Amino acid sequence: MIEIRFHGRGGQGAVTSAEILAVSAINEGKYAQAFPSFGPERRGAPVIAFCRIDDHPIKIRANIYEPDIILVLDASLPELIDVTYGLKKGGILVSNFKHEIEKAREHLKTKEKIGVVNASKIAMEELKLPITNTTMLGALLKASQLVENSSVIDALKERFGKVADRNIHAFERAYKETVIINGSP
Amino acid sequence: MGKRVGMEVSIGAAEAVKLARAECIAAYPITPQTHIVEHLSELVNNGELDAEFIPVESEHSAMSVCCGCSAVGARTFTCTSSQGMALMNEILFIVPAMRLPIVMILANRSLSSPLSIWNDHSDIMSIRDTGWIQLFAENGQEVVDHVLFAFKVAENPNVLLPVMINMDGFILSHVIEPIELPDQDVVDKFLPPYNPVQRLHPDHPITMGAFAIPDLFTETKKAQEEAIKSSFPYIIKAWDELGNTIGRYYNPIEKYKSEGKKILFITMGSFGETVMTAIDMMEEKGIDVGLIRIRLWRPFPEKEFLDAIKDADILIVIDRAITFGGMAGPVTTEIRSVLYHEENMPAVVGFICGLAGRDVTPKDYERMVEIAKEKVKKGKEKEYEIYGVRE
Repeated sequence: MIEIRFHGRGGQGAVTSAEILAVSAINEGKYAQAFPSFGPERRGAPVIAFCRIDDHPIKIRANIYEPDIILVLDASLPELIDVTYGLKKGGILVSNFKHEIEKAREHLKTKEKIGVVNASKIAMEELKLPITNTTMLGALLKASQLVENSSVIDALKERFGKVADRNIHAFERAYKETVIINGSP
Repeated sequence: MGKRVGMEVSIGAAEAVKLARAECIAAYPITPQTHIVEHLSELVNNGELDAEFIPVESEHSAMSVCCGCSAVGARTFTCTSSQGMALMNEILFIVPAMRLPIVMILANRSLSSPLSIWNDHSDIMSIRDTGWIQLFAENGQEVVDHVLFAFKVAENPNVLLPVMINMDGFILSHVIEPIELPDQDVVDKFLPPYNPVQRLHPDHPITMGAFAIPDLFTETKKAQEEAIKSSFPYIIKAWDELGNTIGRYYNPIEKYKSEGKKILFITMGSFGETVMTAIDMMEEKGIDVGLIRIRLWRPFPEKEFLDAIKDADILIVIDRAITFGGMAGPVTTEIRSVLYHEENMPAVVGFICGLAGRDVTPKDYERMVEIAKEKVKKGKEKEYEIYGVRE
């Protein structure tokens, strides 16, 4: 089972990205579950969502404390809170990142594998909105091919209807532009 | 066969109400039930569900409207949570007494105060004695299947009682997971239109919910108690029919790796799945524990329960509500009562946990096994424990 924790700010779509990932996996015949860290949603405040993917039925109804992968939608969060807590040894941290790639490890404060992309820039150019959820899914899949890109594209089409194309562009661009830095042994 | 798709459990629940062809829905939105009501109002508004959706100003009115709709012979659905349920409390007692087959989903949430939107079973336990048939769902698929099942049971002329499906708020209601919605023609065969035995109609006047003098009240209540007790075989029959229709079979008491085990967990609702994972983890370490899940809470399946726990020495009962000033949590108290006349009575250790959404992990259940063993060793199993409380 792969467990993923999403960090974002209220309104950025962290919950939606967890949902799209789960739906994509389920459409591939896998088992998945996505859920928010339940609470009164506040726009702009740090929020968390979770996703589990497995080849077998998932029999657990608890939060994720030791994720295999952490996905950070907001570039400012790693400077404010410890987004890396509980990350498994050999895990992956994928983050929206605005600075030079050389500074990624220092900024993200982890020795594990890192995936970084300037998702805010891509989202502003492709969606004209600072909402990075669909963009960061591209970065996530580049770092770990949890599901096929086509499955996510199908899920985006179903979810976003008229504005799906823009989201698909953002997703595909992030997949191409994400830089992977392997973890130190 | 229906297609297996990823959807929010609340949306699945609303789609099941559509598949059941509910004719009247009256509800007031309240967290965490809101998505069910919102989706149902959309389904009615866009013509996908041919029903009266009656928006009301309170839950008291919601259940009152449901009473009226059901009394004139309409298939009637509502759902609520916590404070909303508390506000409909008065009418909750009236529905089973008037033998109205209303189906309700209760998205379980704690009762204020302190105000909390999160999940526990304080709401359902406060209305345990209203006379509704009460079920607990463990996952999204069970919620969907049991909406169809609930109408089948409730409307059976031998039953004619309301059915309440308990669905843990957020832990189930807000989760995206794989759900299979049966095809409409399959559901239609399983659940034909409601054919009431009697209904309010101006051409054939009858009285429902009348005044009763002391001379009649006790007999009326005895009849109501007989009605819910004798509903049991029809509940079992409906589960058989459901299984034969959709291929998923359910029982009033479900077992997981419980055969021959000396230590058993007893759970209700969504915590059952996490306990299964905990049991698998303990099994790898050589710790033998099994699980009994109570799906049917009222009428309580006494015989099936006793049969399921017959080999056990220790029962670890998980409660999600407090009986203030009582002997233990409500489920623990119930289990002790069921066991009282048994010859080889196991030790019953009660834990109260998961109040207002407090996360309970597989490791916590493993810890509870250790604590339970210790309590039994010391002869202190009677003292229940609020697990993980900071003192």
